[in-house]
Amino acid sequence: MSHRALPGFGLCLGCSSAYLGLVVLVPLAALLAKSAGMDWAGFWGTVTQPRVLAAYRLSFLASLAAAGVNAVFGFLTAWVLVRYDFPGRRLLDAAVDIPFALPTAVSGIALTALCAPGGWLGGLAGRLGVRLAFTPLGVVAALTFISLPFVVRALQPALRGLDPEQEEAALTLGATRWQSFARVVLPALLPAHLSGITLAFARALGEYGSVVFISGNMPMRTEIAPLLIAVKLEQFDVAGAAAVAAVMMAAAFVLLAAANFLQLRSLHGRA
Amino acid sequence: MSIDVRHVSKTFNGFAALRDVSLRVAAGELVALLGPSGCGKTTLLRVIAGLEAPDPGGSVGFGGALAEARRIGFVFQHYALFRHMTVFENVAFGLRVRRGPRRLDEAQIREKVSALLRLVQLEMLARHHPHQLSGGQRQRVALARALAVEPKALLLDEPFGALDARVRQELRRWLRRLHEELRITSIFVTHDQEEALELAERIVVLNQGRVEQEGSPAEVFHRPASEFVMNFVGSVNLFHGRLVQGRPVFETAPGAPATRFCSRPHELEIETRRDGGSSLPARVVRVFDAGAHVKMELRGREGQAWHVELNPERYRELGLRSGQEVWVRPRRFRVFPAGDGSFPREPI
Amino acid sequence: MAAPESFANTGARRLLIASVLGYLALFLLLPVAFILQQALAEGWRTYAQAARDPAARSALGLTLAAAAIAVPLNVVFGAAAAWAVAKFEFPGKSALIALIDLPLTISPVISGLMLVLVFGLEGWLGDWLRARGLAVIFAPPGIVLATLFVTLPFAARELIPLMAERGKDDEEAAVLLGADGWQTFWRVTLPEIKWGVLYGAVLCASRAIGEFGAVSVVSGHVRGRTNTLTLHVEALYNEYHMSAAFAVASLLTLLALATMALQAWLDRRAATAGGPP
Repeated sequence: MSHRALPGFGLCLGCSSAYLGLVVLVPLAALLAKSAGMDWAGFWGTVTQPRVLAAYRLSFLASLAAAGVNAVFGFLTAWVLVRYDFPGRRLLDAAVDIPFALPTAVSGIALTALCAPGGWLGGLAGRLGVRLAFTPLGVVAALTFISLPFVVRALQPALRGLDPEQEEAALTLGATRWQSFARVVLPALLPAHLSGITLAFARALGEYGSVVFISGNMPMRTEIAPLLIAVKLEQFDVAGAAAVAAVMMAAAFVLLAAANFLQLRSLHGRA
Repeated sequence: MSIDVRHVSKTFNGFAALRDVSLRVAAGELVALLGPSGCGKTTLLRVIAGLEAPDPGGSVGFGGALAEARRIGFVFQHYALFRHMTVFENVAFGLRVRRGPRRLDEAQIREKVSALLRLVQLEMLARHHPHQLSGGQRQRVALARALAVEPKALLLDEPFGALDARVRQELRRWLRRLHEELRITSIFVTHDQEEALELAERIVVLNQGRVEQEGSPAEVFHRPASEFVMNFVGSVNLFHGRLVQGRPVFETAPGAPATRFCSRPHELEIETRRDGGSSLPARVVRVFDAGAHVKMELRGREGQAWHVELNPERYRELGLRSGQEVWVRPRRFRVFPAGDGSFPREPI
Repeated sequence: MAAPESFANTGARRLLIASVLGYLALFLLLPVAFILQQALAEGWRTYAQAARDPAARSALGLTLAAAAIAVPLNVVFGAAAAWAVAKFEFPGKSALIALIDLPLTISPVISGLMLVLVFGLEGWLGDWLRARGLAVIFAPPGIVLATLFVTLPFAARELIPLMAERGKDDEEAAVLLGADGWQTFWRVTLPEIKWGVLYGAVLCASRAIGEFGAVSVVSGHVRGRTNTLTLHVEALYNEYHMSAAFAVASLLTLLALATMALQAWLDRRAATAGGPP
């Protein structure tokens, strides 16, 4: 008999690695090589242009705001969908995937038309003196929409896996409902919640299609970093686009690594 | 065909599952690999089947069969029945995937599968799917499927592990009869000493990746090679004392190195008065008088727990009751070299 | 659902449910309802017009072609990768999984940029391609490559956990019964994972059709040649053909909703397939 009992290992690993290499690794290497090949002054000059910094700031802060909104409402949504039963619950549960399923360009034009001064929401907000479309607030709204499923979908399995006996035990030991929630439920859900928030943030950071319509794309004010990359490409400034992208990717990886670390630590601390 | 395991070791990520195991199984023999979980018995079975490669230096040889006829039947612990196929198709699988001159036509396959299903008494369930069967039925389907390819050796991983006690008993006897009928070289893995003692012609006891002892069930039970084996294939009572002219002496000599005496529950004698230095005082804690033997739990002066089996006549002759003070004397005992294969006694 | 509900204060519960309903209605249902309303605002005629537009037809053709190439390739890749990852131990396994996930974690615009850096005029293969008169960027092959890139993870991510969870006893049993690798895969593995394969294919197709950012970067927006459906929507919208834009958008929305329904159905089939283990 051969070294491995099941056949197909070499074939499968070989073919999938080759395909992965061609489709993903070569383009990734091209980006890394391009960034590494830039001279430092040029790179630094590009990524510290005021317009680029403004785009980074907007992308980062708007993504943070969207992740924050979903940290709260995503938690409530997951809680309500798992813990309570009410008519239409299953349909609502399925609807959480809409931002995943809808093409981002479609979400983009819909949100824009909704939030435009004459739109259903834009008109309403206008009467309150708030402008949605073509403002950073609109960017936050689009990013909130697009990152909504992540926190909910990360929390649902953790919530379902939570043993109700633990909460009941806390209650029989004299804890109030709030104490049992804060000391028993929340710590148990923390790793899943954190990973959901991180995924939401990372997705918002890279989002393009749903934002470009609603933001209005005014340099220095409502231009997000992914759009800036596209703009630089349209101006045939490939090196500039690569520089902006390299910083974005580095930031995303640092974030994901940090979140992984936090999650591991919180899992470890409880074991 | 015979199976010859030579110096097989197997290491998984630094963990030594098997350490230099050598083993010969004669053609037509029924051998049990017995040991606690984690002792390496399933790994050994998988190495023999070719599902795991042994570390360099070890080998598994098959004698008495041509290379192309070295077919091995394997019955998985959880049966690994193909869930999307009927019982019939499961058994037919090995015949349908055959290529070349040994390929059978549809009629031959039907005939052969039907015969196998008759053998395992499942003809009525041929069109059922695995999830519609009981555990014992699934076990028999797995066996029929393994037999369909006319294996020269049959390997069974915990064949009765997932069944309840009654079904186990029945299947055990049935498997024994089947083996006597077909005489296929068979190895089965078990952690249940009763199963090994009752079913196997020869037992190989494994502990921490090593062969601890091999021999007939009677040899393993009555002449265990180590305290581990003695403990694993039955209950053991432990006494500390000195060996003086072939007799145990329990007189306390502080600081003197103690010898460990091991006795089975039926090898202990109970007396109501002291017999020199060879007996120890104890109190009867509990008596179980519902069975072929009377079982008693005794407690020694230093808190030792001993289990005794008496025949009912002797029990009545002694007139024992709970709380009574008695003297215990090992009628038969074994002394093993210290530290060799000793087995941490599980609390009872 | 569970016992703690008995302790719940119904007032707080109603408030929670109401706020979540409000939130989801605002963010999920309103946009969908709005798209459908906009598309129907001017009646069916808009659909007929939008469908007669040759630019729309060409966009549909390109989108379907890209999906038709990406789905089978990525499903076969997903199955091969899942077989290697789920049935074997090998060094570099976690790196392989991380690489499979990569297209999900980076911005679609950056995915497009990467392709430009390989195949664009200044890219690694730029001179080589130009010397042979081949165009990838701003041409249909670029669209196909971008679609391949962004939809690569979906089938693999569906199949890896599915195959890992099933273990390898069945495959080992088949091999010991004399089956070769292909027989084992076709007769034993595939029937068990077929709903997962379909689910992965549907997901992959849906993402291929809906992709926007990456294809936008490599397309060059040549109407009638390199526009996909989503790029066509963008073009119509930017030219203020609102009702036509929403007509196409509503078709994509209906397709997305149908996909979700299909996925829910496949999920249920997968859960019940083969009965209890």
